[in-house]
Amino acid sequence: MRFFDYDPGDFYDELFVDKGQPRPESVPLIERINSLPEGELLRRQEAAQIAFFKMGITFNVYGDGQGTERIFPFDIIPRILAAHEWDYLERGLKQRIQALNLFLSDIYHDQKIVKDGLIPLDLIYSASGFLEPCIGLNPPEGIWCHITGTDLVRDRDGRWYVLEDNLRCPSGVSYVLENRRVMKSTFPLVFNTMPIQPVEEYPSHLLETLLNLAPAHLLDPTVVVLTPGIYNSAYFEHSFLAQQMGVELVEGRDLVVVDGYLQMRTTKGLKRVDVIYRRVDDIFIDPLTFRPDSLLGIPGLMDVYRAGRVGIANALGTGVADDKVIYAYVPQMIRYYLGEDPILENVPTYLCWEPEQQSHVLSNLDKLVVKSANESGGYGMLIGPHATPLEREVFAEKIQAAPRNYIAQPTLCLSRVPVIAQDLIEGCHVDLRPYILYGKDIFVNPGGLTRVALKKGSLVVNSSQGGGSKDTWVVCKS
Amino acid sequence: MLSRVADSIYWLNRYIERAENVARFVDVNLNLLLDSPSDVTQQWEPLVLTTGDLPLFRKSYGEASAEAVIHFLAFDSNNPNSILSCLQFARENARSVREIISSEMWEQVNAFYLMVKDTAQICPSHHQMSEFFSQVKLSSHLFAGVMDATMTHNEGWNFGQIGRLLERADKTARILDVKYFILLPSIGDVGTTLDQLQWMALLKSASAYEMYRKCGQHRITPTGVAEFLILSREFPRSTRFCLLQAERSLQQITGTPIGTWRSPVERTLGRLRSDLDYLTIDDIVQTGLHEFLDALQSQMNEIDSKIYDTFFALEAVS
Repeated sequence: MRFFDYDPGDFYDELFVDKGQPRPESVPLIERINSLPEGELLRRQEAAQIAFFKMGITFNVYGDGQGTERIFPFDIIPRILAAHEWDYLERGLKQRIQALNLFLSDIYHDQKIVKDGLIPLDLIYSASGFLEPCIGLNPPEGIWCHITGTDLVRDRDGRWYVLEDNLRCPSGVSYVLENRRVMKSTFPLVFNTMPIQPVEEYPSHLLETLLNLAPAHLLDPTVVVLTPGIYNSAYFEHSFLAQQMGVELVEGRDLVVVDGYLQMRTTKGLKRVDVIYRRVDDIFIDPLTFRPDSLLGIPGLMDVYRAGRVGIANALGTGVADDKVIYAYVPQMIRYYLGEDPILENVPTYLCWEPEQQSHVLSNLDKLVVKSANESGGYGMLIGPHATPLEREVFAEKIQAAPRNYIAQPTLCLSRVPVIAQDLIEGCHVDLRPYILYGKDIFVNPGGLTRVALKKGSLVVNSSQGGGSKDTWVVCKS
Repeated sequence: MLSRVADSIYWLNRYIERAENVARFVDVNLNLLLDSPSDVTQQWEPLVLTTGDLPLFRKSYGEASAEAVIHFLAFDSNNPNSILSCLQFARENARSVREIISSEMWEQVNAFYLMVKDTAQICPSHHQMSEFFSQVKLSSHLFAGVMDATMTHNEGWNFGQIGRLLERADKTARILDVKYFILLPSIGDVGTTLDQLQWMALLKSASAYEMYRKCGQHRITPTGVAEFLILSREFPRSTRFCLLQAERSLQQITGTPIGTWRSPVERTLGRLRSDLDYLTIDDIVQTGLHEFLDALQSQMNEIDSKIYDTFFALEAVS
């Protein structure tokens, strides 16, 4: 299996300019693969898959009933980003996170952006992630979104767009680290010859970000990762991150509020907890404040949080900015709060709550992608060009019944990367999720998770929908 | 350490040890049968009787044939004590503490589970089962070795030790009890070659045969075997040895000096251990071996429930 016959076709290919013509930064990799003996690439691909299986790096699928575990499919041909491209993305992401953070702080306090007429108030209050109990909250140092996993895509012409911001509990970073570990044993020689930026610093940066949230006078604060438990689809990641940081992994039932502090139950009695990296959604975190039926949360946590006696990352209430209607306003936020032009663009977005835009959407359903404002993971969406007339009709009705809940975007032709498919190499669509940490400074982990739609022609890259992943190499200038 | 985590490490080890001992159980019977004259009817019911799972077994299988009992004990996921179930529970527990235990331990549990699951799917024939049971024993030893060599010998490790040792102490007692239920063709066979062969098979299934031969009294007698498996201070599968080690781990956790106690569990375990220190096999025979083993098992259950109360219980704090 070689690249001689690989044809990128009429797509933006991340590794090739044209047939037989790799991008300059991918040349050493392509040459190395082409020099492998016949069958060796496939053998290494199988070895990598077995490594994941043995390590038990699996995720659970929702709605499967049995809580079936699967391995996140992995393809050993990496995606490569040139240094100048990464510089651009890094700057754009830092700018965007800064603006989003100011937005969160603003709408839970003075709501200047509403008063100045940029965003209608009811859009904010009707966003499912907006939490009234968070009004007036003052998280440490004014930081709300400590950990963000922004989804980026690029179109046929190679332009980058932000697809989603994911400010609640973005997952996937453990795959970035584990993919890299497996890749180092898959292509050791290539790592020797190419200046690939390391990703392994992430856990240390994450720990620093979390320690930054602890009350200042504490000498040795206790940090924990809060997980919904082993049946959660991202459980592997929760335990992985706790392990890498050397902190305790806790479930809601391990924690209790006593004497105004958050404490965990240990074999030697209660012990105070100072910072939580929560991987539980906001509304499940305290049944006294939010959903009373939640078994995952800790009754009374919100009071401890308000009193500044525990740090929580991400802050509660950040989900408001994940609403896809609010997302549409991010470029305006950047101009409003920072007085700068956005470096990274949004995908052009039609808001169905505006009558004019709605009628445009309804008459162009066969060309657009329609998304529900509050869903993620590839659920609740219509890909117009691939849908049947009946499916489009159903969505048209949904849009008219609840216009606030829908947005539409043009169907992008996502860029592609070569993938090993049976006995040939073919192009598959990808996106990119870099991970951004906001502590004392803003840190963007080089690269991110490249998710790939392994179903031929598919544009959906989510792991719950049959997607896989690839290692992402940021190649510095050598 | 988190109570939940301690609980999980304890049960992770108990389940692995339980799987190993179920394999030993079935193995003892397979060995016994090989040595029995062909006119003696096969006895499989005692196996499910001693594990206390007879009602559950009867409900789904009825008659205790070799195939039915082996399937029930090895692969039946409705039987919470089958090897397959044990591995499922062990892996669940390991998964919930995989950031605490070493990666090597997790990988070993995972590989062990996959081996059992794959074997269950192919429905192995009778003669393949013997190979499977050796695999189970070996995998359990591997896990114990990996844990010993890769995990810090801290509080969590000690909870794991206690789990493994209590399970082993209990199961060695039960293996001994199997012989009680295995009937000899007639009362006149007591002390004959057949009887002798059965005791040897029993020793082998506890990996105790060679060690027994070396320990001074070379002749195989029922009281000698019972003494070795219950009261040996040095054989690592004897009940007394296990309780002695479990007590050491408990003291590592609590920091209480030897010979004293602060919590009810230290008292119960310490008392049982010192009983065994001063008992003779004649005392046991006088009580009746089966009655003694029965009482021993219920005391060990009490230790388990006191460990739970002292360290793991998550009752709301008032």
